[in-house]
Amino acid sequence: MVGAQHDKEPGAGWRAAVLKELRREVGALEAGARPDAPALAFEAEAIDAHLPEGGLRLGALHEIWGGSATPIDRQATEGTQKTGAAGIEKIGGNGGAEDIAAATLFLAGLLARLSGPVLWCLKARDLFTPSLAAAGLDPDRVIYAETWHERDVLAAMEEGLHHPGLAAVVGEVARLGLTASRRLQLAAESEGVTAFTLLRPHRQTGAEPTAAATRWRIRSAPSLPLMSSSSAAHPVAGIGRGRWRVDLMRCRGADPASFITEACDGTGRLGVSALLRDGADAPHLDRSAA
Amino acid sequence: MARVVSVYLPFFATERMRLTSTDLPPEAPLALTTRIGAQRLVAAVDATALAHGLKPGMAATQAQLLLPGLTLRDYAPRADAHGLAKLAAWCLARYSPVVMPSPPDGLLLDVTGCTHLFAARTGGQSRNLDEGEDNLLADLAARLARRGLTARLALAGSIGAAHALARFAAPDCTRIAETQNLKGALAPLPVEALRLSPETTQALRRLGFERIGDLIGVKRAPITRRFGHDVFLRLDQALGLSREPLVPLIPSELVSAKLSFVEPVITAEGLAQAVERLCVDLTAVLEARQHGARRLDLHVTRLDRSTGIVSVRMAKPSRAPEHMARLVCEKLAGLDCGLGVEKVLLAAPLTRPLLPEQIASELYGRPQEPDLSTLVDRLANRLGAGRIYRTAPVESDWPERSVRRVAALAPKPRTETPRPENWLRDWPRPARLLADPMPVEVIALLPDYPPALFIWQGRRHRICRADGPERIFGEWWRAPGEIALARDYFQVEDEAGQRFWLFREEAGNRPQRWYLHGFFA
Repeated sequence: MVGAQHDKEPGAGWRAAVLKELRREVGALEAGARPDAPALAFEAEAIDAHLPEGGLRLGALHEIWGGSATPIDRQATEGTQKTGAAGIEKIGGNGGAEDIAAATLFLAGLLARLSGPVLWCLKARDLFTPSLAAAGLDPDRVIYAETWHERDVLAAMEEGLHHPGLAAVVGEVARLGLTASRRLQLAAESEGVTAFTLLRPHRQTGAEPTAAATRWRIRSAPSLPLMSSSSAAHPVAGIGRGRWRVDLMRCRGADPASFITEACDGTGRLGVSALLRDGADAPHLDRSAA
Repeated sequence: MARVVSVYLPFFATERMRLTSTDLPPEAPLALTTRIGAQRLVAAVDATALAHGLKPGMAATQAQLLLPGLTLRDYAPRADAHGLAKLAAWCLARYSPVVMPSPPDGLLLDVTGCTHLFAARTGGQSRNLDEGEDNLLADLAARLARRGLTARLALAGSIGAAHALARFAAPDCTRIAETQNLKGALAPLPVEALRLSPETTQALRRLGFERIGDLIGVKRAPITRRFGHDVFLRLDQALGLSREPLVPLIPSELVSAKLSFVEPVITAEGLAQAVERLCVDLTAVLEARQHGARRLDLHVTRLDRSTGIVSVRMAKPSRAPEHMARLVCEKLAGLDCGLGVEKVLLAAPLTRPLLPEQIASELYGRPQEPDLSTLVDRLANRLGAGRIYRTAPVESDWPERSVRRVAALAPKPRTETPRPENWLRDWPRPARLLADPMPVEVIALLPDYPPALFIWQGRRHRICRADGPERIFGEWWRAPGEIALARDYFQVEDEAGQRFWLFREEAGNRPQRWYLHGFFA
């Protein structure tokens, strides 16, 4: 196969083709029995182009982290100066409801574009479900499983992942260990149900290695002022569509990247206004964490 | 400690007669008679007849003299017993897996561990058991009254106490809480309440023992010598000092399957195997009736004749043996096998018709909905019934009130019909809502302006953009104090882009206060 490509495209091009083919094969080995797992496209060109499958792989585990909205540079420098252990301090927020709101809506937007029922396992009682409807997730599609203990969240998730009728299973957890993530990943692969863990950042929790296919962090970013239609120079009062900083912290077969996106619209679609590549603003520390 | 409900139906015979026969004049008093030799005696009377001084044991002719217009019917004790068993089976499906008829006119329900199901589903941490017990009694009383049965109920810590209180305590509905003093409640009741033979009670009365309190604390030996062990056994049983088993009713029409072991089973694995076999047997019975089980009770009888029970519920009727076995087996860990289990019986006290279903197809423009009942059952069994839910909108402007929980498999509203939707309106709603709004300090340019800065948990948030106010008013029809209440909600964004939901509360003449209520991002 490699030889055939060599004949067709002699020169520098074939090298990239071979690499791509090898990546695909290795990726297929990693994913187990499903080499061509379907993917959910973000329908935002910059993100989809960056991901190896052209979107989020379905039937796999994805981690979505919340994070405090403090401007990243300031937080990064403070973190390194104060503790020296950069990764931990930087990722950590308060772990409260304010840190996870953007991630919740990001996830709701993804779920809105899947079809079928969703199981949402949670321990905290602060989720306000009407907001999910505003991101396009039909409230009738979501079944909530409320637990007293965090370990029950993971157990309930696993139970749901073995049920092929579901489109996705969501679990709100404070931390996800390697063993737990492996179990969830295997369960997700076996039935093709997509698993999402919504993590509240905690000061103590560093970036543990997990078996998740991707790890995202969603934080809010300053939005653009509303402009009046008549004169572009004068902003008007009021609040426009929110903006998020979406960090792809870890992904099999792709480099970490950061995006500035606009918040989900009523059908769960993001609007990407700018892609941050490895420039001054890129999350170097994230990569070490991932 | 056990919790037992005793249901006393003082006019069961006459009321059952009224309910089953159509030719009885509704207003006329009724008495039932029985023949002993050549004599016709009154066996049961209804409330009106009792008020006129008629009593069981009286001659029928005398009764007719005392109360002209009295209707007489034949007393049918066997039909009564059958009616009582049917009533017990109904209680079995609704209140408790352990129900025993106590003929001629009572029922006993062991409600230990069932009462929390009747507590309000607030999701709060402290499930109030007292509240559950009160609700159970009220529900039972209301349903019996709707059937046309006069009932007196008592809930107490022992069979004897519940029996005595239902029959001899003054109010129609008595409940002795677990913490209350059973002795004090029983002491003023007459000795007849102790379930002794009439001769013994009469003899006790002759000796001056009129109330149960008189028997508490006396020297036992002389009385035991004269009357046998019965008197103090009954007393101890009533006080909960001595155990008394409640033999559960297994009505013949109940769908059930049973298995006896040659060697007692001690391990959970052994029981699990038995359960799997029972489930297959039970499925065959259900299949023949075209029914599915909504609840399964596994009764185990241990070597020492004591019984244990495991109960599971299903969200939808089911007769899939693997699913049923899995649900029951998950609960077996909580069962004490004691010295070993001799017999097991798997019963389905609550069944519903389960007919083959039309598979939805694209032809009808409706895609097949995946069946989630097995998943919901498993999760509900593990986490508790109220913990698996969906949310539905409520028409209320108050964010705290705009969500209600519905059963996970509750029918979904048809998409064609317009919904009372106040979620999908364009008003912004935060992703995370604080259960209790947190007070914040706010600086605004002018009193009616959106805030320019607020301080929450010691951190200052300088506001760059804001939208509002969205004013909502108190719902005065819910609580009288809300008439003067109003909230002005603002969506604000701070320098970092984080979005908050703040509101200013106006309550009558009190100064305005600011709160943080939720987070958008």
